[in-house]
Amino acid sequence: MFDELRDLYQEVIFDHNRNPRNFRIMEDANRRVDGFNPLCGDKLTLFLKINDNHVIDDASFQGSGCAISTASVSLMTEIIKGLSENEAEALFKQFHEMTTGKSEDINLEAIGKLAVLAGVREYPARVKCATLAWHTLDAALKNQLEAVSTE
Amino acid sequence: MSTFPIEQIRADFPILGEKIRNKPLVYLDNAASCQKPQAVIDAIVHTYSREYANIHRGVHTLSVKATDKFEGAREKVRAFINAASTKEIIFVRGATEAINLVAQSYGHSQLKAGDEIVISAMEHHANIVPWQMLCQQTGTVLKVVPINQKGELMFDAFEQLLGEKTKLVAIAHMSNALGTINPVEKIVAAAHAKNIPVLLDGAQAIPHMPVDVRALDCDFYVFSGHKLYGPSGTGVLYGKQALLEAMPPYQGGGDMIRQVTFEKTTYAGLPQKFEAGTPAIAEIIGLGAAIDYVSAVGMANIAAYEAELLTYATEQARQIQGLNIIGQAEHKGGILSFTLDHIHPHDIGTMLDSLGIAVRAGHHCAMPVMDFYGVPATARASFAMYNTRQEIDILLQGIQSLIEVFG
Repeated sequence: MFDELRDLYQEVIFDHNRNPRNFRIMEDANRRVDGFNPLCGDKLTLFLKINDNHVIDDASFQGSGCAISTASVSLMTEIIKGLSENEAEALFKQFHEMTTGKSEDINLEAIGKLAVLAGVREYPARVKCATLAWHTLDAALKNQLEAVSTE
Repeated sequence: MSTFPIEQIRADFPILGEKIRNKPLVYLDNAASCQKPQAVIDAIVHTYSREYANIHRGVHTLSVKATDKFEGAREKVRAFINAASTKEIIFVRGATEAINLVAQSYGHSQLKAGDEIVISAMEHHANIVPWQMLCQQTGTVLKVVPINQKGELMFDAFEQLLGEKTKLVAIAHMSNALGTINPVEKIVAAAHAKNIPVLLDGAQAIPHMPVDVRALDCDFYVFSGHKLYGPSGTGVLYGKQALLEAMPPYQGGGDMIRQVTFEKTTYAGLPQKFEAGTPAIAEIIGLGAAIDYVSAVGMANIAAYEAELLTYATEQARQIQGLNIIGQAEHKGGILSFTLDHIHPHDIGTMLDSLGIAVRAGHHCAMPVMDFYGVPATARASFAMYNTRQEIDILLQGIQSLIEVFG
């Protein structure tokens, strides 16, 4: 019945929505940023532990949102662990370009599992769902610790 | 239900023949905005192609024609809500602007620090924020009437909030997020017993039931044209003449003056005093056409038909396991606001859209209502006179399928 939506709702997204990874409060986080989408009320808190060598040792989140936003933040916390701050920042830019369709030649190999979220570019109303986590990450990396809003 | 001319009505709305994602459109986002009948579209096209000019100023024929049509729309609004005079009908851009007008003009001239304004916990942001802005500017205080779990106003608590300091009550006639129809006659009577004026936000109510401002005895009544099958960018502030006379202008500019020198300006009388600048001329003429249209169908007939739709939708929705109806007031208009266990409203909205079904997913500009129910958002199907039982069946089948997909 929802055949047309298979690009948007891939099985990986359902899986991460049902069982979000790294869904926990991190007591010893050294970055903590709240992300908020006032349009739909999605909320998340991103926790990062970044070591002295600027590498992300740990990432986790709390919050509530739709399947797209939950899968996006769940996948993100898996992928950014072990990346340097610069690598994570570069990934944010690639992800943003992929979801907003600003670049046609995204290196899907480099972006890895995140490619399952490429479908949102066909659904402009849902792009913010996918990018909320990443804007929150961007703020955390830049040490802008006030709440992030997608508006 | 059989006597309601549903097929004829549907044929009058060209957009209902459209396909969305290759499926027939099922438009259930009427609480956000309603679709337009051909008569409204024709009125706008006719104005722009045959009878358009600026109004009130020109001595030439077209200007006189346009002015007549524009003022004719004002008379249609007056008759539609049974106001005493066209001087009491102020054209604005929408219900939001009407409330801002009252907050700024009435509020600044009549309210002072420490005075209280009473609103309810089910208000749309448009009936919260303008008052908050006034409170920040003047030191007046906002008091909020609580609602119960069914989404009904707690009337005893309302009466208790009315005191010496209360200078205005501003309450929705019908809630856009819950569908609740408030007991506005009782509200007005209780407030008037203490000489407190009442503003009713009729944005949701006006397309769905007969409204008689003199029977209600409200002091202000506001609504938008776009929810009444009319053009966007149109709206009405009704106010009792004496109150409007006493209020200072809201915006300055052309058309609202009697005489201007650089030393002093004297203002025009009602209603022009509150209508600075060129209004949405063709659109307001279109609003007049919308009023003709719904009047021909009959507001009481529309109310009865939509009540049957709501009863049917509610009964059917209750059969779906995991579906929670948000807002179950005793007196309720055609709104089915709901959540599904473990499925976010945004996902519901996208999935239903792929079936051609337009519903709203979000907080419906009523974030305090969402907070009250502890949900970030709801999905909302809202009905209009052109909706059918078959469309409700399509909606509910779609919901069943997406529950299966999400597993």
